[in-house]
Amino acid sequence: MNPGLGLGMIRDFLRRLVAPIDPPLMAIAGLLLLLAVGVMGSASPERINTQLINVAVALVVMRIVAQVPPQRLMHLAVPIYLAGVLLLIAVALFGDVSKGARRWLNLGFMRVQPSELMKIAMPLLLAWFFQQREAMPRLRDYAIAAAMLLVPVALIARQPDLGTAILVLAAGFYVIFFAGLSWKILIGMAAAAAAAAPLAWNLLHDYQRHRILTLLDPEKDPLGKGFHIIQSTIAIGSGGILGKGWREGTQAQLEFIPERHTDFIFAVFSEEFGLLGNLVLLGLYALLIGRGLMIAANAATLFSRLLAGAVTMIFFTYAFVNMGMVSGILPVVGVPLPLVSYGGTALVTLFIGIGILMSIHGNRMLVQK
Amino acid sequence: MEFKNPQEELERFRSRLAVAGGFVLFCFVLLFIRFVWLQVIQHDYYRTRAEDNRISLVPIVPNRGLIVDRNGAVLARNYSAYTLEITPSRARDLEHIIDGLAAIVDIQPKDRKRFKKLLEESRNFESLPIRTRLTDEEVAKFIAHRYRFPGVDIKARLFRQYPGGAFASHLLGYIGRVNDRDLEKIEAREQDANYRGTEHFGKTGLEQRYEFELHGDTGFEQVEVDAGGRAVRTLARTAPVAGNNLTLTVDAELQRIAEQAFGDRKGALVAIEPATGGILALVAVPNYDPNLFVDGIDTQNWKELNESPDKPMVNRALNGAYPPGSTFKPFMALGALTLGKRRPEQAISDPGFFNFGGHHFRDDKKGGHGMVDMYKSIVHSCDTYYYMLANDMGIDNIAAFMGQLGLGSRTGIDIDGESEGVLPSQEWKRKRFKKPEQQKWYAGETISIGIGQGYNAYTPIQLAHATAILANNGVVFRPHLVKHITDTRTGKRTEIEPKPTRQLELKPEHIEVIRNAMVGVNKEGTGARAFAGAEYVSAGKTGTAQVFSLKGAEYREGGIKKELRDHALFIAFAPADAPKIALAVLVENGGFGAQAAAPIARQVFDYYLLGKRPKAPAPVDEAAVEEDGE
Repeated sequence: MNPGLGLGMIRDFLRRLVAPIDPPLMAIAGLLLLLAVGVMGSASPERINTQLINVAVALVVMRIVAQVPPQRLMHLAVPIYLAGVLLLIAVALFGDVSKGARRWLNLGFMRVQPSELMKIAMPLLLAWFFQQREAMPRLRDYAIAAAMLLVPVALIARQPDLGTAILVLAAGFYVIFFAGLSWKILIGMAAAAAAAAPLAWNLLHDYQRHRILTLLDPEKDPLGKGFHIIQSTIAIGSGGILGKGWREGTQAQLEFIPERHTDFIFAVFSEEFGLLGNLVLLGLYALLIGRGLMIAANAATLFSRLLAGAVTMIFFTYAFVNMGMVSGILPVVGVPLPLVSYGGTALVTLFIGIGILMSIHGNRMLVQK
Repeated sequence: MEFKNPQEELERFRSRLAVAGGFVLFCFVLLFIRFVWLQVIQHDYYRTRAEDNRISLVPIVPNRGLIVDRNGAVLARNYSAYTLEITPSRARDLEHIIDGLAAIVDIQPKDRKRFKKLLEESRNFESLPIRTRLTDEEVAKFIAHRYRFPGVDIKARLFRQYPGGAFASHLLGYIGRVNDRDLEKIEAREQDANYRGTEHFGKTGLEQRYEFELHGDTGFEQVEVDAGGRAVRTLARTAPVAGNNLTLTVDAELQRIAEQAFGDRKGALVAIEPATGGILALVAVPNYDPNLFVDGIDTQNWKELNESPDKPMVNRALNGAYPPGSTFKPFMALGALTLGKRRPEQAISDPGFFNFGGHHFRDDKKGGHGMVDMYKSIVHSCDTYYYMLANDMGIDNIAAFMGQLGLGSRTGIDIDGESEGVLPSQEWKRKRFKKPEQQKWYAGETISIGIGQGYNAYTPIQLAHATAILANNGVVFRPHLVKHITDTRTGKRTEIEPKPTRQLELKPEHIEVIRNAMVGVNKEGTGARAFAGAEYVSAGKTGTAQVFSLKGAEYREGGIKKELRDHALFIAFAPADAPKIALAVLVENGGFGAQAAAPIARQVFDYYLLGKRPKAPAPVDEAAVEEDGE
């Protein structure tokens, strides 16, 4: 046997394996994952192994998605969206109730959360939709897009799952925004939304209203609904500039921070690594988003651009909503810290997004002739 | 129709991307400002909040002081045991939790009832025992299941224990869980901080009076706690200081013999060391088991104790007021001598009655005692002598003299809630009654006062106190139960009442007359049968207090219901020339003092002076009579 041949084959295989992977994006995501493992080691060391498995699965999914050309993704847009909406309807009819919300669909062999699928399916469909109307889209087209967006959002909000509803709504909105909806209409919509706020208030579930009220004055209910926010702001504030040190955060280690390995993991990080750590984290997210926007700017087709832009902004939405709620400037909605919080589902969704970005980036030249 | 211009479209898209990028930046800056606010500007505030969260001051309850008798025998002590406790403010569904606990450890309906009662009385955020005295096995079982019961914990606690059970319960008293009234006392003394964590408080007896001596100084432990309130580790510790120990003047053996001498009869006995005022024995029977109160008494026992016709919760020695009957006579005689109303040898002729305002005041002896001087009047308990004497002295002179002996006022014994009794006088009657015709004192009312009947009503401790004053030649000590208090930290002893409170102006020769007469009682008079063969010289006086007015009919013991029979009384001291012990005995519905009360005094003296232990409760001497010479 020629050992050189074997080595060459392995080298060749590796080259093909990493070919679709965008090094800067991978590097940023890798740093965030490293950071995540570190924080998990403080917040919930016993969960590191499971999370590493989640990471491995997510990376495999990312690698697969990265190889799928955007063209192909476009063909999948409608079927995935329709499947998602049907599943959401199925959830509303037959879903399992857990913690007071009907979010899960039991397929017999596994439980799925169809709302999670919509985070990707939504921008995919809308990007496809605007690609079909390559001519300057008219107002009517925006109206149709809005309708396609609002149906699943309403279904998700009804579960109730405010966090996912906001993320899906945002994802869809980003596509519409990037597609060029005029500023006049955008401002008009914002004004209308402000006017409709009291109406929306009446539509909210009690617990959702409570969350908003608690945000306005958490100390009013220090042992009940306000407890989460009070404890997480104490954690962040007591962290100071340099933090208390890894595994030295009293708020985290003595379990004052609720949900400290999932939605509130940022409080653990912030308590132990301080303002400096926060800067690093914000910087990493900013780089990730910057790289995504760059990919969008250079994408080949309208579909690719819109999709890349929206997927990138999903990352932003996750990060901003999560850090905002944990630090007490946004209401508590169930949104994890992207790539850091424990949990496989969100991780897979996010890496599908990264995979899409990589695919779009890898195919930026092919169609552009 | 607008045609698309790819370049223009791309530019517009890129400008939108720029807007999005700007928005991202704006939001991140917003977050950063928020972080600076929390982590730099407000950092000190949040650091303090985090410390407050983390560090909890846990009080360490000190060991309560011991109570021991004059010879060091332990009467009240502490022992450590595990309790299963629920903090209601941290537990959600109490019924459900208790049901769950009952599956692991044995929880009886009475435990549930007691817990419910505690819950109603409890302070907020207090942890309350659902079970006390867990076995090691139960502790292990619960710990294995602890995660299922938030707000439930095992605690090692010190419990008060009264090893003698019901023995001496009326003097020891008991402790119970702190209630609102106790909290007021704690606050009034500014002891709030020292009582953090303390769950028990003296409710009656010495436990109540010496609460703040017995309690000790609470220690504190700075512990790091987790969000569930469980201690993670100790940061600093200030040790508690055990409460001071009480050494009593009481002789536990004497107390036991005195209690047993009553058998199953009701009554009281107070024995005092005349030279110090120290109480040697304080008996009130029936008594009750103070151990029942320590963990919070259950409703059934509480009901039984309170509804029993024998009233075991009443401290008869301090709170029962009884007419003194003929035990009043030596004091009357002493008053007569002191006020110059009689000379010892001055004799009267007793026809068997005293006529006053057309009313015959009868003597128990038909036909009378003949010529009666002071000695004979006491030895044979002649009523006529004292009818006349009372009339000659007048009510206000009697009241003034008896008041000096402490009759009709609180003796100041170191137990709270002592009764005053009734020392009748014109003034007393004016205050006591509302209608003008009732407020007037009638001269006829004075007559029966002379033989200790009428409005007269004194507590057994007052009678014992007066007897001790007599035995101690008029030197008055405040009766007290605690001899000294020992500081557990320094070992320093604080003596209680080492000095007399006052000296009565009594002539020694007058006291001598009374002493001789009382010696005569036990030698040849109404106490002679009870003290036959005694190897010491004692002085005594029998008495019988009417419960039921006979209105002229002959008193026949067998014909009257037990509750209506007369109370038997006896006062005595011994040895007569240098008294070591003075006492008063009361047997409720015991009949004549000579029959029921004097034999109890004999047993007490025999033990205290000679170390002789009786084999059985004091006998009832049916043959003894109240008025001698029949």
